Amino acid sequence: MELVCPAGNLPALKAAVNAGADAVYIGFQNATNARHFAGLNFTNTQIETGVAYAHERGCKVFIAVNTYPYSKQMPQWHSAVDAAADLGVDALILADMGVMAYAHKKHPDLNLHLSVQGSATTHQAVNFYAQSFGIKRAVIPRVLSVKQVAHLVKHSEVPIEVFGFGSLCVMVEGRCFLSSYATGLGPNNFGACSPASHVKWEQKDGHLATRLNDVLIDQVPDGESVGYPTICKGRYCVNNQTGYAIEEPTSLNTLAILPELKRLGVAAIKVEGRQRSPAYVKQVAAIMRAAIDQCERAGDDYQVKPQWQADLAELSEGQQTTLGAYYRKWQ
Amino acid sequence: MTEANTKKKHKISLAPIPYFWTAEQVHDYYERMAESQVDTFYLGEVICSKRKALRLADWLAIGKMLANHGKEVVLSTLALVEAASELSVLNKICANGEFLVEAGDLSAVEALSRVGVEFVVGSSINVYNHDSWQHLKKLGMKRWVLPIEHSQQDIHDFGDLSGCETELMVWGRLPLAYSARCYTARTHNLAKDDCGFICDRYPDGLKLATQESDEFLVLNGIQTQSAKQYNLLASVPDQSVDIYRITPQISHSEAVVSLLRKRLDGQWSASQVNESLIKLFPEMEMSNGYWFKQPGMVQHNAHAC
Repeated sequence: MELVCPAGNLPALKAAVNAGADAVYIGFQNATNARHFAGLNFTNTQIETGVAYAHERGCKVFIAVNTYPYSKQMPQWHSAVDAAADLGVDALILADMGVMAYAHKKHPDLNLHLSVQGSATTHQAVNFYAQSFGIKRAVIPRVLSVKQVAHLVKHSEVPIEVFGFGSLCVMVEGRCFLSSYATGLGPNNFGACSPASHVKWEQKDGHLATRLNDVLIDQVPDGESVGYPTICKGRYCVNNQTGYAIEEPTSLNTLAILPELKRLGVAAIKVEGRQRSPAYVKQVAAIMRAAIDQCERAGDDYQVKPQWQADLAELSEGQQTTLGAYYRKWQ
Repeated sequence: MTEANTKKKHKISLAPIPYFWTAEQVHDYYERMAESQVDTFYLGEVICSKRKALRLADWLAIGKMLANHGKEVVLSTLALVEAASELSVLNKICANGEFLVEAGDLSAVEALSRVGVEFVVGSSINVYNHDSWQHLKKLGMKRWVLPIEHSQQDIHDFGDLSGCETELMVWGRLPLAYSARCYTARTHNLAKDDCGFICDRYPDGLKLATQESDEFLVLNGIQTQSAKQYNLLASVPDQSVDIYRITPQISHSEAVVSLLRKRLDGQWSASQVNESLIKLFPEMEMSNGYWFKQPGMVQHNAHAC
C-alpha cells in the first residue's frame, strides 16, 4: 500500500518526503483546490522545487484541482490543469466532470485521480469516471464500512485510495453544503469549509463562544478549549438535550485495520491535512510509514504499537480518534 | 425574454418524500396529490434503504395510479449508495422499463447510460458548468435538477441549455448533507443497525437548534436539512427554468402547489404569494439566499414586490 501525505507548503512537502511518503499531494494558491486557505499552498516555482525534491528521492507528487468551477471560472481551472501538466507532476486529483473532460482530452498521458470530492461511493460510480475520463485511481469518501470498501475495491476498474488518518469529514465529501448554507462559501464552490473570514471567537459573560457567520457553533466556560467552528462538530440542542448531535471533535485513525485494508486490495492510504504544520506532517507520515511497513512485513502478526496510538492521539482533534464509518457501530 | 419563452408552460413537480412516513400516510398523500396541479411526480425512498414501508412494487403501483391521472412519473434513486444490496435495488429501478429515472448519484447515471435510456440528473449530482452538463447530456440526460447552491446568475451563465429541461427546487427544506451515520438514531443513543425505525416519529424531520435556541438544521436520518424553508415562490418564474419543484411535507402541500400555480401563471403578485405563505405557515422561517448568490440561510428581500 502506498502512503499519500499532505503538504500545504514546501517545508511540509520536504518533511513528508523525508518521513517516507510514497506520494505527496499539494495545491495551487487559489480556489481550484479544496484547501483554499490564506498563506497555504504552492506557487509554480515552489512546485518545481518540490517536484524536483520529491522525484530525486523516489517520491511522487500529486496536485489537487478538486473544486467545482462555474462556467465562467472554467479558464482558471483549465490553466491549473495545464500548469500541473507542465510542472511534471505524477497525477492530477480532480472532482469536476467538466475539468476531467478537459484534462483527459488535452493531456491524454497525464494520470487523473478522482478526488474524494467526486463523491464516488460505489464501484459503478468509480467505473463511470474510469470509462468517461480514463481515471487511473479513485479516492473514496469516508462513509463506507470495511465490508463495503471490500466490495467496491473488488469490482472497481481502477485502484482505490482510502483515508487513513486526519480530520474526519462525517458527511459525504463533495455533497456537503453546511458551510455554504451558513456562509455562502463551501468545499465545492470555494475550496474551504468554515472559511476564516466568517469565523468569530467571542469572550462574553464567562464564556468563550465560536460563531460562523454569527451562528453559534459552540461555547464553553472560560478556561476550557473550544474547537474550530466546523458545523458538523458543534454542540446543539436536539430534543432538549445539548451535545455533539453530529460528531465530536475527533480524527480518523485506521492503524488498527491497516492489514484488513491491505488484504482487501486497497492501493493507497491517504493522510488528510494540507492545512497542518510541517511538524505535524512529519510525525504522522513517520508513524504511518512505520505501520504500513510493519503491515507489509509482518502480515497477520501485525500489531499496533501503543506509542503510535499515543502519538497520533496527541495530534488528533480533541485528542481522540475513531475508525469512523469503517466501523459499522460508529454509524 | 423571447416570445417563445413567455409562452412556455411552466410545470410543477413534487420531489420524493424525504421523511419516513407510514405506508398509509404515503398512499393517502399521493391519492390527494393526484388531484392537484402537480405535473410530475418523483417517487421512491431516496434517503435510507432501511426504510421499507414501501417496496419497489408498491412505488410502481403508486406510479401507475398517478399515470392514470395523466401525471408524469419518475422513479428516484438513493442519494447516498453504500451497500451492495442498495446498488442492486438501484439497478432494478434503472431497469424498470416503464418510468423515467432520476439519478441520485453517478452509480445510477452509469446504470442508465449503459443501457442507453434517457434520465433525469438529480440535484445531488454536481453539475457546476456547461462542460459537465454537456457530458451528461451526451450520455442521455433529458432533464437536470439544479444543485442547491446555484444562483440565478450562475444558471444564466451556463449559456445555452436547450435540448434538456431545467428543474429548480422552489419550496422545501434544503438537502444540505448526507452521512454514513444516522443522526436521528444517534439522538436516541441508537446505532444505525439497531435504529428501530425511530425516524418514523419525525414525519417532518427533527429540529436541531443552536445553544441560543435558533433553529438551524433538521435531522432526517442520514440526511441533514436546513431548518428554514427554502422559498423561491415569489422569485419565479425564470426564463431558464422549465419545471418548479416542491418538496413534500406532512401538511399544506396542496396549498403550496396551488400558490405556485397562480404565481407561475402570473395571476398572483409576489406579495400576494408571500402573504398567503405567512398565513399557512405562521411559525416558519424562510430563506432564499442561494438564488441571490448569498448564503443559503439568508432571506434576501430585494425581489419581494
